[in-house]
Amino acid sequence: MHVSMSVNGREVSGDVEPRTLLVHYLRENLGLTGTHVGCDTGYCGACTVHVDGISTKSCTMLAVQAEGAEITTIEGLASNGELHPVQEGFWERHGLQCGFCTPGMIMQSAYLLAEDNNPDEDTIRHGLDGNLCRCTGYHNIVKAVQYAGARMRSEEPDAPDWEEEGT
Amino acid sequence: MYPRPFEYVAPKTLDEALAALDQTEGAKVISGGMSLLGLMKLRLLSPGTLIDIGRIPELDQIEDRDDHIAIGALVTHGMTASHALTTEHATALAQAASWTGDVQVRNRGTTCGSLAHADTAADQPAGAIACGAVMVARSVGGDREIAAADFFVDALTSALEPNEILVELRIPKEGGRSAYDKLGRRGGHSDYAVAGAAAWVRSDNGTVADARIGLTGVGTAPSLAAGATEAIIGSDGSAEAIAAAAERAVEGVTVLEDLYGSEEYKTHLAKVYVARALEQALALARS
Repeated sequence: MHVSMSVNGREVSGDVEPRTLLVHYLRENLGLTGTHVGCDTGYCGACTVHVDGISTKSCTMLAVQAEGAEITTIEGLASNGELHPVQEGFWERHGLQCGFCTPGMIMQSAYLLAEDNNPDEDTIRHGLDGNLCRCTGYHNIVKAVQYAGARMRSEEPDAPDWEEEGT
Repeated sequence: MYPRPFEYVAPKTLDEALAALDQTEGAKVISGGMSLLGLMKLRLLSPGTLIDIGRIPELDQIEDRDDHIAIGALVTHGMTASHALTTEHATALAQAASWTGDVQVRNRGTTCGSLAHADTAADQPAGAIACGAVMVARSVGGDREIAAADFFVDALTSALEPNEILVELRIPKEGGRSAYDKLGRRGGHSDYAVAGAAAWVRSDNGTVADARIGLTGVGTAPSLAAGATEAIIGSDGSAEAIAAAAERAVEGVTVLEDLYGSEEYKTHLAKVYVARALEQALALARS
């Protein structure tokens, strides 16, 4: 079947089998391998992308269901060579270890912060309920999201844990 | 993981979708696909044709229709969880929707899709039963109305016929208040229910005039907890009355052991969550 969509602002089209999952279309047809396949069952969230601005697990969506949609992947988050605040936050607050969950974590965090740029820790943790980190690095992921939120509010982020007095 | 090959059609109107479903052997309807695609990827299910109703306009609304509210086939869990009409008139269902899956799943998955999927441990069936929902099943032959309490037949089996689409969920505006509570498989409210219960109550001068209690995660299908419902109706809604009703939580229910709990544990949880749902619904009714 023929599909066409916009991916990171670029119009793309091609022929796919109906059973082609959106994540495979992005990775294999378009070469956008930043979006990861983790559990492949809808639990881990590594494949999270934005479909018309809505965070979506691309391993549980058919490419043909995305016909006409605007897709944003991790590759499309930075603009004009500037990291997105969430990308900067993951860098500055050590929000990743092995990095496998990171594209999904960042896409979901960017979605959450677009809805509310000043979430409390509980809201962040519940908002990332569908994203699993096998390194269990959740503490710094939360810090990274808080850093990004502060940046998006044009506020100075809190100092990192490792610079707190007495530590 | 890929599903087995299938044909895909995306009709623009409900009539076209109903005709395609009626004429295509082994076809399945997809909307958000949160449950169906998982089954297909694991090859537990391999329909020859998918009929995508996701592009049909007007099915994504929650409408106020005087004596009931109507939730369309494409209304997402997220919308059911947060819409003013559901939080007011179907609080238990809204609460259940807010604990369904995770944010990404709630963005795409639909309330009607979850109900049609009929997982034994899904949240929203309990809410639908407690809120007295009516399912509108449509085929080329017309509409059929099915009470939520009669809709869940067995594991992953609803009362829908192969040529029917669950086009709408209707919740009557009966007054009263409702609540849902559960233990999630990942603790707290995360993931499917190990056990969960929803309760709707209508009080009249300190007496529980009417009630319904829905159970999920416990038996072969979500069901009305008939014994507990009978016990709370006519009572004063006191702590003793709640405890007495909770004791009858699994009356008539075949409790099934699974990976998440023994028969004994599930029975215990059913009583705990029937009591909690009743406490919360009665507290709302009094406030």
